[in-house]
Amino acid sequence: MFTKIGQTQEESVRVWFEGCEMTVGKGLSVAAALLGEGITHFRNTPVTAAERGPFCMMGVCFDCLLVIDGQANLQACMVEVSEGMCIERQCGAADPELDPALAATANRGETTP
Amino acid sequence: MTKHYDIIVIGAGPAGMSASRTAAAQGARVLVLDEQSSPGGQIYRAIEKPHNQRRRELGSSYQDGVPLVHGFRQSELDYVNAASVWQLSADLEVGYSRDGIAQLVRADRIIVATGAQERPVPIPGWTKRGVMTVGAAQILLKESSVVASDAVFAGSGPLLYLAVHQYLELGVPVKAVLDLTPAKNYLGALPALFGARADFAKILEGWQWKRAIGAAGIPLLTGVDAVRISGEKSVESVDYRRRGEWQAITCDTAFLHLGVVPNINISMAAGCDCHWSHNQACWTVTVDDWFNSSVAGVSVAGDGVSIGGAAAAEAQGGIAALGALHALGRIDASERDRLAAAYRIRLRKEMGIRHFLDLLFRPADRLRVPREADTVVCRCEEVTAGQIRETLDLGCCGPNQLKSFSRTGMGPCQGRFCGHTVSELIGEASGLPISEVGYFRLRSPIKPLPLKELADLAHSSKE
Amino acid sequence: MSGDRRDQDVIVVGGGVIGAAIAYGLTRRGVRTLVLDESDRAFRAARGNFGLVWVQGKGVSNIQYAAWTRRSADLWAEFNDEIKERTRIDTRYLRSGGLHLCLDEEELASRSLLMANMAEASEGVFSYEMLDHDELAHRLPGVGPSVAGASFSAQDGHVDPLSLLHALHTAFKSTGGMLISAPVTKLCYEKGGFEAKTGKGSFYSGKIVLAAGLGSRALAPQLGLNVPVRPERGQILVTERLKPFLDYPTIFIRQTEAGSVLLGDSHEEVGFDDGTDIKVMSAIANRARLIFPRLERTRILRAWGALRILTPDGLPVYQQSRECPGAFTATGHSGVTLAAAHTLDFARFVADGEMPAALDSLGEDRFHVH
Ligand SMILES: Cc1cc2nc3c(=O)[nH]c(=O)nc-3n(C[C@H](O)[C@H](O)[C@H](O)COP(=O)(O)OP(=O)(O)OC[C@H]3O[C@@H](n4cnc5c(N)ncnc54)[C@H](O)[C@@H]3O)c2cc1C
Ligand SMILES: Cc1cc2nc3c(=O)[nH]c(=O)nc-3n(C[C@H](O)[C@H](O)[C@H](O)COP(=O)(O)OP(=O)(O)OC[C@H]3O[C@@H](n4cnc5c(N)ncnc54)[C@H](O)[C@@H]3O)c2cc1C
Ligand code: FES
Repeated sequence: MFTKIGQTQEESVRVWFEGCEMTVGKGLSVAAALLGEGITHFRNTPVTAAERGPFCMMGVCFDCLLVIDGQANLQACMVEVSEGMCIERQCGAADPELDPALAATANRGETTP
Repeated sequence: MTKHYDIIVIGAGPAGMSASRTAAAQGARVLVLDEQSSPGGQIYRAIEKPHNQRRRELGSSYQDGVPLVHGFRQSELDYVNAASVWQLSADLEVGYSRDGIAQLVRADRIIVATGAQERPVPIPGWTKRGVMTVGAAQILLKESSVVASDAVFAGSGPLLYLAVHQYLELGVPVKAVLDLTPAKNYLGALPALFGARADFAKILEGWQWKRAIGAAGIPLLTGVDAVRISGEKSVESVDYRRRGEWQAITCDTAFLHLGVVPNINISMAAGCDCHWSHNQACWTVTVDDWFNSSVAGVSVAGDGVSIGGAAAAEAQGGIAALGALHALGRIDASERDRLAAAYRIRLRKEMGIRHFLDLLFRPADRLRVPREADTVVCRCEEVTAGQIRETLDLGCCGPNQLKSFSRTGMGPCQGRFCGHTVSELIGEASGLPISEVGYFRLRSPIKPLPLKELADLAHSSKE
Repeated sequence: MSGDRRDQDVIVVGGGVIGAAIAYGLTRRGVRTLVLDESDRAFRAARGNFGLVWVQGKGVSNIQYAAWTRRSADLWAEFNDEIKERTRIDTRYLRSGGLHLCLDEEELASRSLLMANMAEASEGVFSYEMLDHDELAHRLPGVGPSVAGASFSAQDGHVDPLSLLHALHTAFKSTGGMLISAPVTKLCYEKGGFEAKTGKGSFYSGKIVLAAGLGSRALAPQLGLNVPVRPERGQILVTERLKPFLDYPTIFIRQTEAGSVLLGDSHEEVGFDDGTDIKVMSAIANRARLIFPRLERTRILRAWGALRILTPDGLPVYQQSRECPGAFTATGHSGVTLAAAHTLDFARFVADGEMPAALDSLGEDRFHVH
């Protein structure tokens, strides 16, 4: 089970993962932030829909792919969290129809102030 | 207009920082590109974070990076962070992306210092969620202070023990450590111990890490010769075979490690000759004494050439830069040789212990080349060892035909986590030496590149 | 193995899509066949092409070629079923109909003329439709506003060319064929038989088929043949896998069954260089986003260059040697489209030892007349 150690980050940002709001440390990669929240299921593969999560954390394996602010197939270990970021699982192949603006509002859902 | 530099250094790890400092000190115009957010490379990752500099738990070798990064920051050079390089062409044009924009830059000399990546660990279940590399555990710790409690560590090599040691120092509970070093390696490496004597302190340190694990009451199982990960969707247990008997340890996180291998994608795509190193069981870039590759103007230094560790990388970076400066006519041969002398002494010393470590930690054949038909080899396209062997039975002539016939290596990682296994599987099937079998033909973009960025390049050059 | 004497009915030189299709066509008729193929990194257009099984626009200047192309396209379904049954490899062949996109009005107008000519020359066997922008947008939702229109032919289709090559090799092997990875260095004709010299020894046969792609040119004279082919480079980009959005293959963009989108392709005279070039790649990407603006946000995973095998008039060459009867060549472009005809028809010509009059105009004689 993943946890965070040491003093909690002085600064934090709010992000949404699959519609749930969470507060995570500023400056973290999206992958580290989600793992720190105990989330290991990042994507389902396009071939067999197998569940995957980060493997290498250094941008090599492409197993940490997520949809971030409507952009599909981003490497979560290479992207830093930012305030208001909308994060979703990458389920299978990327959706060429995705409109970033639409996706962002749709997923922030009711939790948007 | 494409910007032009004297030297472009790709990578800001020990090799890249050392190379760029050395070059900048002689007045060369230097550009350093690195995809991380701050300099340091793999070993000194996130070292500029104040809390890391206070953390003794990360070990003394980590703190060695502080002066190196400091010196790098003081140098007169252009450093671009978060810059992901996707192209190095044989005519020395570098393409990189940053903030959603692709750019092309040129230089008279290129120094590739892209370091290493973890070796694939193709065991049954290694793709399951909850399985990560030991390097990933370290990155999470250094960069984000995120750790996994009660994880199982399985593998071989110094990094395995270093990572476990770091966890223990920080008080993170570890479930068990499985040492996959083949028993016969201890005997095989013995003769090389003499050559490593100058670094006896390091060997002792490793031994002390190992002892500390035992002292902390953590099961440390040696002589494990097979492992697999069980669980329906994510890790439920790590199963291992020891003295012919299978046992299981329940856990939800497993960290695997069989050493690191050079990150050769950029060098290979540029056309640099590579060869297979038997001792390191990996592809290494063919370089001369000054770390020139076979492509004119391209040098490769550090763990991106062959595995030598951080201190060797630093020395190699310095030597490569001096070679490049000489080639550019900035220093004469005697100055070059004089400045390189100290680096060479250091390098020789590092190479002594390296040979010993290579022999000791060479992973067992069955861990590198999976025996089980349903073990996944290509994580991206989910191609198994069995499917690959079946395709090879056709008389398939090499890695590229295999890729065409089976999709192995066609996914986004571009073969980074299957290429080594594939070369060895073909070697096994054909009986050819691995150097002759070859590797996937790599071409730019060596990292996925947004179509918009690529298309915009045409636009911007028209204007 | 040096000096090994392994008597074969036919040796096929080249294991690309033309050589493999003919070789399998021979073994399925019970002809003992050996394929000699170059190494892993050889120029092999079979591994770098776009995968169109294409009729429209083919053979505008040569009715025999147009008919041969149509015949192959018509045989494709039957051919595909056969190899699928034999190998269980799904080549993803689909006769979906295909679109030739025109990026401006002028191009659309001249395309319309060309199609009309083709239909007339075929005496109505070739069918097509011209689509203006709105009609096109109906079939290709999301097509960019700058695309003027397209020609559509229901006779077109597409296939995964890599699975095709894999299936042909597998079918060949399963019908008793033998493949050896060894470049042929010399071919000899003696007493009605052939010798192929390789680094792995010499091989002997009663007949020989030269299907070595760009390699055919150098070997042809040794069999009394003339195969004046030159390379023309085409670069192709491939995206990450996308959910299906494109129902028809087009000449520039094609979505594969796996979801990846192929973006093609360039026409460059650069000699024997199958590398990639950032300027050309960028232009291909730019054209792709004009056609489908939504593709802007996808990622290019890989890119490659491959060499087309072109004769002076761009059409393939089929010939039996007059000097060395029993020596044939089949070399040229569109080997994917023609695969069905190569397996089902051309192999029979080789087995029977006779070329049909219907392919007269595709022989080597056309290269002498000036
Ligand atoms: C995950 C991991 C953890 C490690 N931890 C340790 C450790 O704790 N102790 C130890 O002794 N050794 C460690 N090593 C071994 C390490 O390889 C060397 O000790 C040392 O870091 C090598 O230095 P280098 O300069 O050659 O490469 P690196 O330090 O690996 O530096 C390479 C740099 O190149 C950059 N780069 C690579 N590709 C690109 C690209 N396409 N575009 C832009 N930038 C790029 C990377 O971001 C990186 O900063 C680790 C290796 C790995 C893979
Ligand atoms: C970019 C591009 C796009 C294309 N798109 C299409 C398309 O959409 N539809 C279509 O129908 N066609 C297309 N083509 C054309 C098609 O790929 C070729 O017509 C076809 O591959 C030719 O097959 P081949 O077997 O003759 O040649 P290749 O596939 O090139 O194979 C030649 C073989 O001969 C071997 N060889 C060469 N010399 C020797 C020697 N001395 N000894 C032994 N073996 C030798 C090589 O190893 C190789 O395997 C395209 C081609 C390109 C380049
Ligand atoms: S975890 Fe491997 S690429 Fe992100």
